[in-house]
Amino acid sequence: MEVGRKMVNMISEGSEKGKLNFEATELRLGLPGGGGSEDELTKYNSNGNGKRLFAETVDLKLNLSSKEPDMVPEEKGKNLAKEKNIICSNDPVKSPAKAQVVGWPPVRSYRKNMVAVQKNSNEEREKVSGSAAFVKVSLDGAPYLRKVDLKMYRSYQELSDALANMFSSFTIGNCGSQGMKDFMNESKLMDLLNGSDYVPTYEDRDGDWMLVGDVPWDMFVDSCKRVRIMKGADAIGLAPRAMEKCKNRT
Amino acid sequence: MMMNYFPDEVLEHVFNFLTSHKDRNAVSMVCKSWYRVERFSREKVFIGNCYAIDPERLISRFPRVRSLTLKGKPHFADFNLVPPDWGGFVYPWIEAMVKLGVHLEELRLKRMVVSDESLELLSRSFVSFKSLVLVSCEGFTTDGLAAIASNCRFLRELDLQENEIEDRRGHWLSCFPDSCTSLISLNFACLKGEVNLATLERLVARCHNLRSLRLNHVVPLDTLQKILGKAPQLVDLGAGAFVHDPDSETLNKLKNAIQKCTSIRSLSGFLEVAPCCLPAIYPMCLNLTSLNLSYAPGIHNNELIKLIRHCRKLQRLWILDVIGDKGLGVVASTCKELQELRVFPSDLYGVGNAAVTEEGLVAISAGCPKLNSVLYFCQQVTNAALITVAKNCPNFIRFRLCTLNPTIADPVTMQPLDEGFGAIVQSCKGLKRLSLSGLLTDQVFLYIGMYAEQLEMLSVAFAGGTDMGMLYVLNGCRKLKKLEIMDSPFGDVALLADIGKYETMRSLWMSSCEVTLGACKTIAKKMPRLNVEIIDEGDQMETSPDDRHRVEKMYLYRSLVGHRRDAPDFVRTL
Repeated sequence: MEVGRKMVNMISEGSEKGKLNFEATELRLGLPGGGGSEDELTKYNSNGNGKRLFAETVDLKLNLSSKEPDMVPEEKGKNLAKEKNIICSNDPVKSPAKAQVVGWPPVRSYRKNMVAVQKNSNEEREKVSGSAAFVKVSLDGAPYLRKVDLKMYRSYQELSDALANMFSSFTIGNCGSQGMKDFMNESKLMDLLNGSDYVPTYEDRDGDWMLVGDVPWDMFVDSCKRVRIMKGADAIGLAPRAMEKCKNRT
Repeated sequence: MMMNYFPDEVLEHVFNFLTSHKDRNAVSMVCKSWYRVERFSREKVFIGNCYAIDPERLISRFPRVRSLTLKGKPHFADFNLVPPDWGGFVYPWIEAMVKLGVHLEELRLKRMVVSDESLELLSRSFVSFKSLVLVSCEGFTTDGLAAIASNCRFLRELDLQENEIEDRRGHWLSCFPDSCTSLISLNFACLKGEVNLATLERLVARCHNLRSLRLNHVVPLDTLQKILGKAPQLVDLGAGAFVHDPDSETLNKLKNAIQKCTSIRSLSGFLEVAPCCLPAIYPMCLNLTSLNLSYAPGIHNNELIKLIRHCRKLQRLWILDVIGDKGLGVVASTCKELQELRVFPSDLYGVGNAAVTEEGLVAISAGCPKLNSVLYFCQQVTNAALITVAKNCPNFIRFRLCTLNPTIADPVTMQPLDEGFGAIVQSCKGLKRLSLSGLLTDQVFLYIGMYAEQLEMLSVAFAGGTDMGMLYVLNGCRKLKKLEIMDSPFGDVALLADIGKYETMRSLWMSSCEVTLGACKTIAKKMPRLNVEIIDEGDQMETSPDDRHRVEKMYLYRSLVGHRRDAPDFVRTL
């Protein structure tokens, strides 16, 4: 190391420790990375122990951006092959297998866990369009309407439970929750529609009134503009599709 | 010499004005009578390594201790380098203090293992116990918290920071009796489970001196609004969930409550957040001196920027890298009082995805003249940028820079980052703490040894080329207290060059380096006041290993009380 030797000489000649000015610390081409480090490499490798080839093992597996310089570890001499210290995560959802080095980046596991969990739940919530999706919910016969944020729920079941809680004071007997749970079961739906129980319906983007539960949850959240929990008898007109499905199955 | 003729009470009175441990330690070394007066009047004791001393000796020297601070595991335990059950148990300390009649009022622990039994014993034994602060601890559940709440009648402070707490979904909060009105600080942001909201509201309402309150993520905005109404005197607030229909009555009430909370200077939390609700807090931002949004990934770049534009008096900012270089530019032009900045990575598993580069840091350094403490996770950094930062900010006390790829070179010149970090240590003459990353050779350590005269803590990873690197540091940094090194090619030559040095330091950690078992044994043999511990998680130690065998993890520290007796099987003290 050229510069290193110069500095050591300075010290041994008794010159002042301090006063390297900024020019001296400015970038210079040909600094360590060239010949000097090869000497280090020879000295260093004389032990011949297995060492981790960090950059090789990690670089190949990581999703590095295009800005990433093509760093050559061999010149530097850091040849540590320690596979056992490298955790490979084969999470197909996230990315192709990424290698993680134990202890790097130096972030507390508490923080790692918190941020990972929050990111997941935020991403789930925002998957559809980004902000809250408040819709009016009306129950036939109730004195006032409610508003719910559909993004707060992840399934029809959750929504159903929430609505049941909200309207429990108004409905009699088998109200919203039972209705929702049961209508997923096609044969029970027929009983429902013939009875006086409640059926959840919604108005979609096109202005059509649809039966809740036909489409995947995310699609429902995206297309639902308002929810009306109808009395069973009034919902007959929405049933034809369901009745047809039943017929087709038997 | 005149001071020798003053009666003890006068000396004691004078010593009371010394608030720092270092000053009191210095004073105790002057002469025997000062030592005696100092030790009987010392009420606050700080122990940086719980294994350096034992409680009996501590209490016999400082019988009047009322406030104890203890740190347990080595720092790298934060990054999963230390296996669980390594140690750091607080129970023996509490047990000893009970036995020896200490009137404990305050206990502050960091990286220690705290059991429910310890908390119960603590709560039942010290009548005037006032303050419990636990940072990065583990081993306890909400049952332990229930004991504290039930039994500590004069509790002022319960501050839980980033602990791993098993939440048994009990009613620990309800264990504060109705007669408890003494709380000044309550922080349970790290708890994962439900709390009884009505109980929380009542507790806040009756603690008129409550200054600091940090809620966990289950506390909804609705409750927050009610709490703020009952505690307008709050100075420090950690919001829980900040999600609501922006057009609602609740949000209006929140805005009104916030208007009345004119003392709030510190804000954190927002663990769940609906960005449309954020404008409600803008009025608070005008007077904020501390803002921690590092646990709020739900706030996007543009909302963060809008928020920060209101924060002209900010002195401390902890934030996620989603803020981006542009956002940091806004910080630089808005927050002229900024002293401490921490930028954390939001994408922890994808190296190569940090949203900030060296440009953000340069902007901050140019815009914030009072900056003295930085923790910065970034995609990349250049020597030119570091040199500029060094010129702009000669006042750094703490500088930690972490490139997500630990051996990345300067992307412009392809050179190592030696010159950049060298400029930092040369310019910042008061630098006490430094963390390095990026492609680094022995050169950077030469600079550190030459210039970092005040350096007390150095963290090294994947750096250096030969033993010379470590030698430069050990020879040059006179005030070095903690040195921690991982995955660097330093070996026995460096380790053994000056073993007396380690008695002047608190501890040395070396993992995945080149040191051998034989060298570690040498130190242990020659230095009885150093504990040399080898952590071995594999089967290496069972098959009587060769002294030439490389040691995977070594932790050595000075101690007045010899080998610790609670070491687990995988820790071998030489």
